[in-house]
Amino acid sequence: MTANEPSMPILQGENIQVQRGGKQILDVSSLKIVPGEVLSIIGPNGAGKTTLLQALSQLIRLGKGDIYFQGKKVGADMAPLDYRRCLSMVFQEALLFDTTVYANVASGLKIRGVKSSEILSIVNTRLEQFGIGHLRDRSAKTLSGGEAQRTSLARAFAIQPQLLFLDEPFAALDPPTRETLLEDLNRILRTSGTTAIMATHDQGEALRLSDRIAVMNEGRIVQIGSPAEIMNHPVDEFIATFVGVETIIEGRVIKCERGTATIAVHNNGKSPAAHAFPDSGAGSINSNPTALLETGAKGEEVPLLEAAGQVRPGERVFCCIRPEHVTISPGGRHDRSSARNAFPAIIDRITPAGPFHKVHLNGGFPIVAYVTVQSIEDLDLQAGATVTASFKATAVHMIRRG
Amino acid sequence: MKRLTRLALTFFSIFALLMFAGVTTADAAKGPAKQKNIILATTTSTQDTGLLDILIPIFEKKTGYFVKTIAVGSGQAMTMGAKGEADVLLVHSQAAEKKFMTDGNGVNRRLVMHNDFIIVGPPSDPATIRQSKKAAEGFKKISLSKALFISRGDNSGTNAKEKEIWKAAGIQPEGQKWYQQTGLGMGQTLNVAAEKKGYTLADRGTYLAMKKNLGLDILLEGDGVLLNIYHVIEVNPVKWPKVNAAGAKAFADFMVSKKTQAIIKTFGIEKFGSPLFFPDAGKKLEDLGK
Amino acid sequence: MEIIFEGIKQALSLLISLDPEVMGITWLSLKVSGTATLISLFIGIGIGTAVALTSFPGRQIVVGLINTGMGLPPVVVGLFVTIFLWRNGPFGNLEILYTPMAIIIAQAIIATPIVMGITLAAMQQLPQKLRLQILALGATRFQMVWLLIKEAKLSLMAAIMAGFGGVISEVGASIMVGGNIKGYTRVLTTATVMETSKGNFDVAIALSVILLLFAFAINMVLTRVQQRERPR
Repeated sequence: MTANEPSMPILQGENIQVQRGGKQILDVSSLKIVPGEVLSIIGPNGAGKTTLLQALSQLIRLGKGDIYFQGKKVGADMAPLDYRRCLSMVFQEALLFDTTVYANVASGLKIRGVKSSEILSIVNTRLEQFGIGHLRDRSAKTLSGGEAQRTSLARAFAIQPQLLFLDEPFAALDPPTRETLLEDLNRILRTSGTTAIMATHDQGEALRLSDRIAVMNEGRIVQIGSPAEIMNHPVDEFIATFVGVETIIEGRVIKCERGTATIAVHNNGKSPAAHAFPDSGAGSINSNPTALLETGAKGEEVPLLEAAGQVRPGERVFCCIRPEHVTISPGGRHDRSSARNAFPAIIDRITPAGPFHKVHLNGGFPIVAYVTVQSIEDLDLQAGATVTASFKATAVHMIRRG
Repeated sequence: MKRLTRLALTFFSIFALLMFAGVTTADAAKGPAKQKNIILATTTSTQDTGLLDILIPIFEKKTGYFVKTIAVGSGQAMTMGAKGEADVLLVHSQAAEKKFMTDGNGVNRRLVMHNDFIIVGPPSDPATIRQSKKAAEGFKKISLSKALFISRGDNSGTNAKEKEIWKAAGIQPEGQKWYQQTGLGMGQTLNVAAEKKGYTLADRGTYLAMKKNLGLDILLEGDGVLLNIYHVIEVNPVKWPKVNAAGAKAFADFMVSKKTQAIIKTFGIEKFGSPLFFPDAGKKLEDLGK
Repeated sequence: MEIIFEGIKQALSLLISLDPEVMGITWLSLKVSGTATLISLFIGIGIGTAVALTSFPGRQIVVGLINTGMGLPPVVVGLFVTIFLWRNGPFGNLEILYTPMAIIIAQAIIATPIVMGITLAAMQQLPQKLRLQILALGATRFQMVWLLIKEAKLSLMAAIMAGFGGVISEVGASIMVGGNIKGYTRVLTTATVMETSKGNFDVAIALSVILLLFAFAINMVLTRVQQRERPR
């Protein structure tokens, strides 16, 4: 859902630079955020996510750069304090005041000088909204992690911010609590239409909440786009690895016709073809039209991949394949799907990965697939077994090398 | 409840500020004109007798001055005068006073009164000084029998007198095991002597005031050298222009006036059965004696 | 032992009979130490908070000085204040020596570093991000400092009590700069010393008991404020 009409960005950062200890820790040339959108910022530790949030919210001083809120330059057309009063921030720690839940949620309003009578109704509404109405008069110090974070959120929403910043808000919570809070936050963001910018290292969170995702590394935004773009079309290997592309294959484009490229794989491992399928026949590679092989310069067999995209022959590329897109079929047979890439492979090992299992395969090059536990049982997959790994050409995303 | 704290705090702050103002205006009341204040430097033993508690209010009422009585050791009192930090001194340290005058620090050194020192000690009198008439002799005996002697060791008038007597007896007591220095005031030193059953040199006034609880006897008295003579000295205004010369003179005049001398004569009789001081204004030094 | 009971009895009788001299001494003690504590409160919490929340070159030295100041010997303070307030000293013209004001000044100098040092530690102990959170709620810098102070209330109250305790019990400086003048600069502590040196132990103990009683009463009030508002 990238905005096509040029609506005025609610927040725009230009040439944001922050130095610390002589090092440039943040360098973002331009960032535009449209009203109502939820932008997640992901990246490894130390990438600068927190710094970016603090810079955008003007909680820290910029070395260089300008922030524009609704077109007005903060510091020139708009007083920093006024800008600060249009936003709110929630941190990983709840950072509550040593008083009641009610007083905490009311604190932002009190700061703005809102009358006590008005505060009462606003706070009560928010307490209900976040499901902590029953904790109204409790001391903030006695709350559980989830309750505290709800209080922090209620406090942030009580002042009706136009911009909500969240810095890894659920990182310190256990999964079930995180789950519930995520749901509630999602719902409230959608219904209120609040613009939100959230830093997180949990990609699942990012995927669920965001309209756009920005990937940061070493102080820069290296890619920004819709969740689908980031996940399926990472622009470089760093992002690819970071967002969970498990299979990255280096290769050279042999030809490219009608939007499909044929890539010769550079690999160190030998093709298992010769060893895996001693008996030819139905399961023989050679009878499989899509398991293309080429004779390389040294006479070894080089696997070929088909990928969707526009590249020039001779180019060197990385081929990224998400593990969800790899299908495993038993033996040398494979499902007659539209997968143009099907490779015989031996299972190296199977490791648990949450609700799935990761199957590490060797098809002449490493391939990783996600398979449900059920499928593993049904297909009787185990280390050392021979299977066919297949994936569509559209599942192969190419990144130009160098 | 929160409003209550805020209220309490504001109230408290106002109250505190008023107190502060009260304290400062009280000062102002006591000394709008610079000349209202007189700084009288005297000794702790003098103050401890309580004589000044009687005399000062009379003086203040009569003249309207406010007297700040600073009771310190004799040495410090003289130094204060020598630095112009006091207006008038009431001290009893002959040798130091003489130096004070020759250094040009004081004017109008006048005799006021005297009391005397006594040698007190445990009723058992291990050094048998009871028979002696002369102080130096008593000290010699104490030294010979190595009986415990408690000295004030603080350069006070009393201490100076004590050193004088040791010198006259030809004895150097410092460093000897039986000679202990407290560095404390007269009252406390007497208490130490009583605790440890030792001898000490004390002024009669303090001894009498504490006699009840001490358990020490007067073992030697009456020797001329034991006279403790008080002079009042005005600090030299020529040398120290900031002193309240008029006030100092007024106080000194008061101390030697007939009325005051009469009060001094009877001070202590009621409480202790005998007077603590003997008025001497106008007399010649040689004429003093009991 | 006997003498302590005697002293306590005498203390109570002096209090109940509202003995004017004792009342005067007590009131002066509270006035002087209370004012000094108030001054130390403003300066101590003010500067302590400022140093805690800002960074500047030489900060560590300043913190070191503050921490040293907490252990400043009161007698040393008394000596230096005396030298400054002497007639012939730099501030002699103010004629403050041997007045209650001088005692307030000396006691304020003694109490301020104590309050400052504890405030410094208390404010530094607050979570770093709390400042950002408060700013993110739309607070002005001033509001932020005030809210941080409220968060540290427990420790700051302890600081005030430490400051007050330090000066209500102080005697060396008070004698030096005050002169222990009867009815004018004589406070409970200086009177106790005087009575002790005169050998009037019973009076001394009585005065000590009165001092302890009032110190306890005041600290109870401060403790109430400190411990107040602790919701379950």
